[in-house]
Amino acid sequence: MTDLTSLTLAEARKGLADKTFTSLELTDAHLDAIEAARVLNAFVMETPDQARSMARAADEKIAKGDVGPLAGIPLGIKDLFATKGVRTTACSKILGNFVPTYESTVTSQLWRDGAVMLGKLNNDEFAMGSANETSCFGPVGNPWRREGSNTTLVPGGSSGGSASAVAALLCMGATATDTGGSIRQPAAFTATVGIKPTYGRCSRWGIVAFASSLDQAGPIARSVRDAAMLLRSMAGHDPKDTTSVDIAVPDYEAAIGKSVKGMKIGIPKEYRLDGMPAEIEKLWSEGAAWLKAAGAELVEVSLPHTKYALPAYYIVAPAEASSNLARYDGVRYGLREQGRNIIELYENTRAEGFGAEVRRRVMIGTYVLSAGYYDAYYLRAQKVRTLIKKDFEDCFAKGVDAILTPATPSAAFGIGEKGGTDPVEMYLNDIFTVTVNMAGLPGIAVPAGKDRQGLPLGLQLIGRPFDEETLFSLGEVIEQAAGRFTPTRWW
Amino acid sequence: MSTATHKLLKGSTGDWEMVIGIEIHAQVTSNAKLFSGASTVFGGEPNSHVSLVDVAMPGMLPVINEECVRQAVRTGLGLNAKINLRSVFDRKNYFYPDLPQGYQISQYASPIVGEGEVVVDLDGGKTANIGIERLHLEQDPGKMLHDRSPSLSFIDFNRCGVALMEIVSKPDIRDAEQAKAYVSKLRSIMRYLGTCDGDMEKGSLRADVNVSVRKPGGPLGTRCEIKNMNSITFIGQAIEYEARRQIEILEDGGQIEQETRRFDPNKGETRSMRSKEEAHDYRYFPDPDLLPLEFDQAFVDELKAKLPELPDQKKMRFVADFGLSAYDASVLVAERESAMFYETVLDKLANRARDGKMAANWVINELFGRLNKEGRDITGSPVTAEQLAAIIDLIGEGTISGKIAKDLFEIVWQEGGDPRALVESRGMKQVTDLSAIEKVVDDIIAANPDKAAQVKDKPQSLGWFVGQVMKASGGKANPQSVNDLLKSKLGI
Repeated sequence: MTDLTSLTLAEARKGLADKTFTSLELTDAHLDAIEAARVLNAFVMETPDQARSMARAADEKIAKGDVGPLAGIPLGIKDLFATKGVRTTACSKILGNFVPTYESTVTSQLWRDGAVMLGKLNNDEFAMGSANETSCFGPVGNPWRREGSNTTLVPGGSSGGSASAVAALLCMGATATDTGGSIRQPAAFTATVGIKPTYGRCSRWGIVAFASSLDQAGPIARSVRDAAMLLRSMAGHDPKDTTSVDIAVPDYEAAIGKSVKGMKIGIPKEYRLDGMPAEIEKLWSEGAAWLKAAGAELVEVSLPHTKYALPAYYIVAPAEASSNLARYDGVRYGLREQGRNIIELYENTRAEGFGAEVRRRVMIGTYVLSAGYYDAYYLRAQKVRTLIKKDFEDCFAKGVDAILTPATPSAAFGIGEKGGTDPVEMYLNDIFTVTVNMAGLPGIAVPAGKDRQGLPLGLQLIGRPFDEETLFSLGEVIEQAAGRFTPTRWW
Repeated sequence: MSTATHKLLKGSTGDWEMVIGIEIHAQVTSNAKLFSGASTVFGGEPNSHVSLVDVAMPGMLPVINEECVRQAVRTGLGLNAKINLRSVFDRKNYFYPDLPQGYQISQYASPIVGEGEVVVDLDGGKTANIGIERLHLEQDPGKMLHDRSPSLSFIDFNRCGVALMEIVSKPDIRDAEQAKAYVSKLRSIMRYLGTCDGDMEKGSLRADVNVSVRKPGGPLGTRCEIKNMNSITFIGQAIEYEARRQIEILEDGGQIEQETRRFDPNKGETRSMRSKEEAHDYRYFPDPDLLPLEFDQAFVDELKAKLPELPDQKKMRFVADFGLSAYDASVLVAERESAMFYETVLDKLANRARDGKMAANWVINELFGRLNKEGRDITGSPVTAEQLAAIIDLIGEGTISGKIAKDLFEIVWQEGGDPRALVESRGMKQVTDLSAIEKVVDDIIAANPDKAAQVKDKPQSLGWFVGQVMKASGGKANPQSVNDLLKSKLGI
């Protein structure tokens, strides 16, 4: 039955409805795959008992003809999502063995629609990273390797566990979060589809916060259609998150296969970086050609403030993070390292509980918010943010339906290869994705080809606010043209 | 508006003027906390009114409680202040165990209420106008308990997240009396509005007082902030002490260090808590979990239309409608319950226009006097508003004299009962029957021929005859009838 894991979510849904197999069989197939793939370190917590019991419950419902949109579909959950009764750590030592008494809104909607939880997925500590190397549970392996090499590569980050697990067929889809590219970059590194919806589309309630004004949940999936199915369940207004938006969730799947004829696709000239690898350039042109062949019109557009996006992002995100992470103080839950007084308790707990990258960002954030620096850094970064947003608004006002860019400046790299001495080297991974978070727009990464070493590369489509449907339509055009990419199993 | 002269302090180098600004933290009256659904009930087992949001569990988000917004707007309207249709919640970042988020959600650059003004009532019916700088909403922290164990501290989060209004005055206050009157006035306004219960003992209303001194009219001095005062009396004491401390330093050639101080009510002195150098850098920034707070003018107008009558309006009405003195009126309106009591008396009176002023005198002098003597407050008065109104009716209609009324008041205070029935059953009715009084008058004139002869030259000695007649009638004769009769009989 192991080939059950190679089905797409849409295919599995049909098989379950047709009673070709049961959710329990489908779930067991994935649990076996997870067990066999522990070397990837994608899961930080496996919940087989819960998975089987949820699968049985789904099977009973299916037998009664009560088929929710995701009935019986086994999923992996990024460890940033609070799961009731299941350890949730954000892959940080500071949360220790924290077990929430509550379920995040996004995951509760997945369970409402019948999905099955296989376990919790690895991620960069507090989602801070672009390689999933900052997790307290250790790095995640990318199922993809360079041709002829047995070097383990990173799956990207911060949703590295989600991307790796979906690419390695350990789960049919996964939840992820994206603050500066944490869904799209790992999706591009693993030949999976990842969408960061519009800010406010998914509730942030119950998701461990990194940078509140940028964080947004979304799925990583095996196909554009699968991503559309997952997002439909994940999205929706939540009165518990006042930044979530009260707009009806459309049937995203209906956008798949819809004609893109006449759509205007912007190609932003500022994304053509100096020294950009030729194969990225080629991939981008190819993507544009596919969309053109499908009837879309290509126009060059300008997003003049793009070059300020990354520096501004690395002010705004750490600033919010420094405040969001203040609650991990050893007083109420999680790790506590005693001290002779309360200050020492704070210092010892936070020094022991936070990893180097988190400490770095807390310090950057504290600095940029400090008296005397606030105006020069935080306030200026917010102004840049407004300008970036306006760049996109101007572009959409000219009738552009979506913007096509590369998803990442390179393919996956080896564990420990980047950022060892200069963190900015790692931060540059997000160069094409952070603008989208800064502007609060939806962005999808779709696999589009391979580099000369055989590693997957992705393209990114950026849409108007709350127009994820157009992204699904266009994404599927690229998917159809580029074909599917599956890694050769080595684990 | 009659602006009061304020008190100056004498030093060895001459007069000093105090410049005082006050920040009041008023707990918003609401059933639930500012950003969570947890209850705000006072007391209760520690940590029994705590939500996941209050203790900052991972992934929890604040959601604004609209009732708290309405209460802040109501209060702003009561302070004659500008209501900001758009305001922003900021995070004030600092570490303390009673602050689970590691930041307090407050309003920094854009508060919900802007500038306003209140009129405070001073002794002798004088008033002073004190400017309001702003009012903003923020969260209360939890409470540390240090007395439960020799080696550990505990935290009670029941209070954590309860909504506070921080009301900041302009530095318009010039002496301790004005400061006390200002806090009393704000407390009174909020109690009228029902936006804060004003219970200072329970910590529902606390004040931070900024004090500096200067030569009258000179440049502003360096200020010190006295934190967390929960008694109006202490506020007055602390200001006096602090101003004298500063004057002493300055006159000795020293300089005032800007610092935060604490008032010790036992010793009657302020002590340094932390200097400016030790002050926190709060790293305020807009809370990204909350959208800017926006509402339209119609929302404000609707609240405005439903505001209760406030003390100043009530005071003016009492003066205009019943001829009360400004002082008496301000005494009656200072406490919402007193004003309510007086108004209930007015409601029950047979002739409000005639007896309204007398009712005020009775409430202030007899009732308040008696209550004060027994250390009771108006809500525990043994004489109800209905009973007092009945007593005043009896005086007004001439059934009993003012003197008898005092006896009657005492009986009602002690024993209760219907005043009108008591007057009947105990024979306390005033005698207005002329023939009965005439006999007494005649007897007294006959018994005092010398005095009767003198009264023509000294009309003021008529009073002696009135007193004699009243005494002889056991106080029941109608004083006006006695007066008239005496005048005609004595030929004056």
